[in-house]
Amino acid sequence: MPVLGSEIDAENLTLTFVAEFSAPVERVWQVWEDPRQLERWWGPPTWPATFERFEFEVGGRADYYMTGPDGTKAHGWWRITAIDSPVRLSLEDGFADGSGNPIDENDTNSTVAVLETVATGTRMTVIATFKDLAQLERLSAMGMQEGMTAAMNQIDAILVTAA
Amino acid sequence: MITLVVTYNQMVVDEFTSDEVDRVFHALADATRRDIVGRVSQREQSISSLANHYSMSFAAVQKHVAVLERATLVTKERRGRQQIVHPNIEALNKAARLLDAYAFIWQERASRIADILADD
Repeated sequence: MPVLGSEIDAENLTLTFVAEFSAPVERVWQVWEDPRQLERWWGPPTWPATFERFEFEVGGRADYYMTGPDGTKAHGWWRITAIDSPVRLSLEDGFADGSGNPIDENDTNSTVAVLETVATGTRMTVIATFKDLAQLERLSAMGMQEGMTAAMNQIDAILVTAA
Repeated sequence: MITLVVTYNQMVVDEFTSDEVDRVFHALADATRRDIVGRVSQREQSISSLANHYSMSFAAVQKHVAVLERATLVTKERRGRQQIVHPNIEALNKAARLLDAYAFIWQERASRIADILADD
């Protein structure tokens, strides 16, 4: 499964991520639509996700939590904003408290997933958009774990080249 | 045609169009503006605070900051009655680094999706 790449737009705080899978679009759609499959990939092995409520419809809500190595639970929620089965899904994602109540209904980041048929199977494009730097920092702090820290390189400088 | 490409950890962060390149070079072609960028890179500060270092009017310094802002080299933030000048490169640095990290999260997710599909 090749990861085709990612593109970041630091000014607009957007990440575009593209990966391809050798399976048809309808099958790849299922990993988003079926909460039991979603739970198997949304969080890493060290912070697995559990979806308690999952209303896969426009305007629907999902409630989930991630469980850390020491049993700590970090709660989140989704609001599904658009569904075009089986090719496009759009959702807002935010933090919730221990009872699953959104901490701030307006403090959400958006995720759009687009599936297209390609010769080798399915191309999945994910566009994640963040509200501001502070939000991105909070989310990244949550996502920090051994594997990711190793992958994150220290940035020393921005290189400006004339091409 | 010159294209200015900003890379960050060897990942392209930003690409400037010809017009934007013009603005950046124009912005940096002035000694005072280069000095302003240097100062705010060390420490964010208000336009009034910057103006103390130059023998020109506050309005003149404000104009220089506006040129830098248009070239996306600095950003301004209003705090009360002051306008605080920040180096934009720093914001880009931080944002780019975090987005990079987030890209890694998605790489791992895609890998797990592939595992699920392989189980079929």
